[in-house]
Amino acid sequence: MKLMQVFLPKNTSAGQMSKSVTIHGILLAYTVIALFPILIVIMNAFKDRKGIFRDPLALPTSETFSLVGFEQVLLRSDFGLFAWNSLLVTVLAVGLVILLGAMAAWALTEYRFRMNLLITFLFAMGIMIPIRLGTVSILRLIVELNLVNTLTSLVLVYIAQGLPLAVYILSEFVRTIPKELVEAARCDAVSEYRIFFSIILPLLKPAMATVAVFTMIPIWNDLWFPLILAPSEETRTITLGVQQFVGQYVTNWTSVLAALTMAIVPVLILYTIFSRQLIRGLTSGAVK
Amino acid sequence: MRKVCSALPSYKLACFATLLLAGMAQASDTLYVESWRTDDANIWSDTIIPAFNKHHPDIKIQFSPTPPTDYNSALQAKLQAGSAGDIITCRPFDASLQLFDSGYLEKLNGLKGLEDFSDVAKSAWVTDDGREQFCLPMASVIHGFIYNKEIFEELNLTVPKTQDEFFKVLAKIKSESRYTPLDMGTADQWEAATMGFQNIGPNYWKGEAGRKGLIDGTAKLTDQAYVDTWKELAKWKPYLGRGFEAQKYSDSQNLFTLGRAAIYPAGSWDIQTFNNQADFEFGAFPPPVLKQGDTCYISDHTDIGMGINAASKHKEAAKIFLNWMASAEFGELFANAVPGFFPLSNHSVAIKDPAAQTFISWRQQCESTIRNSYQILSRGTPNLENQLWNVSAQVINGTMTPEQAATETQQGLEQWYGPQQ
Amino acid sequence: MMFSKRTKEHKPFPWHLWVFLGPGLLIYLTFSVYPLLDTLILSLYEEQAGQSEFVGLKNFITLVTDENWSSAFWNALSNNLQFFAFHMLLQNPIGLLLAVLLSSPKLRLASSYRTLIFMPTMLSVVIIGFVWQLILSPIWGISEEFLYSIGLGQYFDAWLGKEGSALVTLSFISVWQFVGIPMMLIYATLLNIPDDIIDASTVDGASPMQTFFHIKLPLILPTIAMVSILTFVANFNAFELIYAVKGALAGPNFSTDLLGTFFYRTFFGFQLQQGSSTMGAAVATLMFLIILVGVMLFLFFIQRRIQRFQF
Repeated sequence: MKLMQVFLPKNTSAGQMSKSVTIHGILLAYTVIALFPILIVIMNAFKDRKGIFRDPLALPTSETFSLVGFEQVLLRSDFGLFAWNSLLVTVLAVGLVILLGAMAAWALTEYRFRMNLLITFLFAMGIMIPIRLGTVSILRLIVELNLVNTLTSLVLVYIAQGLPLAVYILSEFVRTIPKELVEAARCDAVSEYRIFFSIILPLLKPAMATVAVFTMIPIWNDLWFPLILAPSEETRTITLGVQQFVGQYVTNWTSVLAALTMAIVPVLILYTIFSRQLIRGLTSGAVK
Repeated sequence: MRKVCSALPSYKLACFATLLLAGMAQASDTLYVESWRTDDANIWSDTIIPAFNKHHPDIKIQFSPTPPTDYNSALQAKLQAGSAGDIITCRPFDASLQLFDSGYLEKLNGLKGLEDFSDVAKSAWVTDDGREQFCLPMASVIHGFIYNKEIFEELNLTVPKTQDEFFKVLAKIKSESRYTPLDMGTADQWEAATMGFQNIGPNYWKGEAGRKGLIDGTAKLTDQAYVDTWKELAKWKPYLGRGFEAQKYSDSQNLFTLGRAAIYPAGSWDIQTFNNQADFEFGAFPPPVLKQGDTCYISDHTDIGMGINAASKHKEAAKIFLNWMASAEFGELFANAVPGFFPLSNHSVAIKDPAAQTFISWRQQCESTIRNSYQILSRGTPNLENQLWNVSAQVINGTMTPEQAATETQQGLEQWYGPQQ
Repeated sequence: MMFSKRTKEHKPFPWHLWVFLGPGLLIYLTFSVYPLLDTLILSLYEEQAGQSEFVGLKNFITLVTDENWSSAFWNALSNNLQFFAFHMLLQNPIGLLLAVLLSSPKLRLASSYRTLIFMPTMLSVVIIGFVWQLILSPIWGISEEFLYSIGLGQYFDAWLGKEGSALVTLSFISVWQFVGIPMMLIYATLLNIPDDIIDASTVDGASPMQTFFHIKLPLILPTIAMVSILTFVANFNAFELIYAVKGALAGPNFSTDLLGTFFYRTFFGFQLQQGSSTMGAAVATLMFLIILVGVMLFLFFIQRRIQRFQF
């Protein structure tokens, strides 16, 4: 019964209770499906190669337990630096994508002007064509700007990559903001900037958090642009750094699993920070 | 969130400035080596570069490998934009020839080190007319079969020399033990073509004679030799592991090193992996011949070369490095550091690894050839090499007959290749 | 597609407009639009021995009529449609269900569930490819033993290696990975629905089912439409999972080839196949047009009919 109290609010009637049990049952079942493969990864990150393949489902035993993967990752690669690079690039790019994306989404949905349709279409195009296609031109541009092997180049490209989706999703959310709110402010002669930053932006928080999460994942996991634009030792990101354990004929799975297991932690932290906004959005919506 | 955002611009500027500076510091006088051999990173930093720096302490070398599957595309992009390294590791034949034709690789004619290589070794990196050399040969790989000696002893098996013996051994392993007789999968497709078709085929198409026949148009892929090669591959199916259609290359390696499989169709590069991972003794045998006394043929494939980026600012230093790579010293270092990759230079090199010794000894007993799809024949559309992967995997899976495989590849070749039309 | 029905009184020069739009647009134009157009234009050229020559629509005609190219192209397109259908039938309904359950009032542990279910979406495709191949592998026995233990052992097969089942299996993996995205988007919208609307409906005696179908569903329809468009676009650009699991040749016998892998092979080359930036650009342009037409049709037939609500 104690266990039940974790899942159920106090003072629930029988009907509510059975409903609650069903909801928890379904969510729990899906959580297991979502987590099972991840548990296998984490479990096997703590085993040696033979331990992994002799019995992938077994928990690490005294015989198979091994930190050799983590050791290799920490000793043979500059994991801390790679993680810092990834974090810096991701946070900067995501921060700018949601800020610039919200501003652009607001401009495109709120104001009517001649080039609106064209610009809207240009942004839509970015969702539909993979930016990888433009690799050679992008690299040429970066070479000319003398930005090869800098994190700046990655931040710039990721902003360009993330903006279209951000503008699209945020525009959808801007449309649900009541017009009266903005018009009342205009009647009080509030400037357009203050309308956006003090009224609109707070209302967009949950949507911006969602966009942040979606933008962050492909950036964090991207291998291609770090490989092309910033492959040097000092600017390597985690995903690229891990690739040194993926060989032509032999892949050092213990190290790959260890490195990628560690690489989940920073994204998880970022995700938690962003998803806080989701809940705050709920309460701020109720106050309004 | 807003606080973070509004704080961003100033933070951003500070970050950008430091990053820019970091970028500037990169442009030093170091030779950057582009390679797909991530596997060799430690050998370069621990062995090769220190040995070179003993002779030339002033030339700094930085080995910067790219994950193998992305190497060609990443290198292409970097060369086009002008950010590629000084020394380029060359894939054999057309992949590098195209880079040379596009002006990305430096012509190496007259490089002193080239004198230490035979024409056959150099053939993978010259223009079709044989006039211009654009990469220095570095290493070749040999195909064959690696077997688990303990399992062979346990089941009282002898190493097969002919195909009859080969299939008898497989049948015996299958009926008398729970070991997987033949350890290969088709999930990645390339093993079917490389460790299968190109491994056993030279015995059928008589090595170089057959390969050149395809190029000059006197032989066809529908000839008996090729159909028979696929027929033999089709006979492998019952001896492969259960669910081999989803068995990856790395699965095959693990299956073998865990001692669960008896015979492994191999490339000599596997020696290094198995040395590190297997705790039993293993040996090797060349592809079995049709009948006792036949000449044996092996695939001794020129696989790695080294060239110079035509846009490099350090060409002289790069040439010094390449000349050193042609030396006996480098050959010996490399062959023993990476057993299974065999030096191509004329120097006699002492190889210490027993399995690698076995592989290289076949050069004396058998006739050598290279993979038949590599020179010229994979230039057009459809691409012969891709087709070979696809049809060989399908023949083993049993979703295509050997005759269909032959017809499909021959038709592909006839579509664009003059001598076959 | 993002037409505004709002109006605004005219002002001399809309500085604020460009302050809002300018910075993002500038970066986007420089690092995305220009490189993309610069590359797409190559589809009208042919490259021979380093010389490019304008050839008009020749590459496109080759792509859809020349047997060597067209069979691969149509095959990839048809696989892609199946891949998309699978996501629409599985990923989005599951995402919707999870989002609705997560937003039930007073649900304990909601944020834990949300985080855990979203975990697969955050993982690198390298891990996902590795672990699912390990689980489904006939050699290491995880799924086979599991099926035996529930008495379905005879149904086990090397799914990832068979022509008939490889694409479906990969679709399952992809759905598993990305279910978090529709879930999060729909969840964010559900959070935005003011409680008083729901309360009013409950006070009026509506059952939870009725509340869902009459109140919540119409309110989240625009989000579902958006999720569908995003799924469509993402599926037609899908590449990484197939590449990580099956390689660029997308075997067996191209049964898992999608437009993304076909484009990669064509544009960057593969093994001994030389990459062709002109043919590759033609494939990419065609992909873009397919997606564009799909999105337009969707907007025209569906989005127009969806009413938007403002709270």
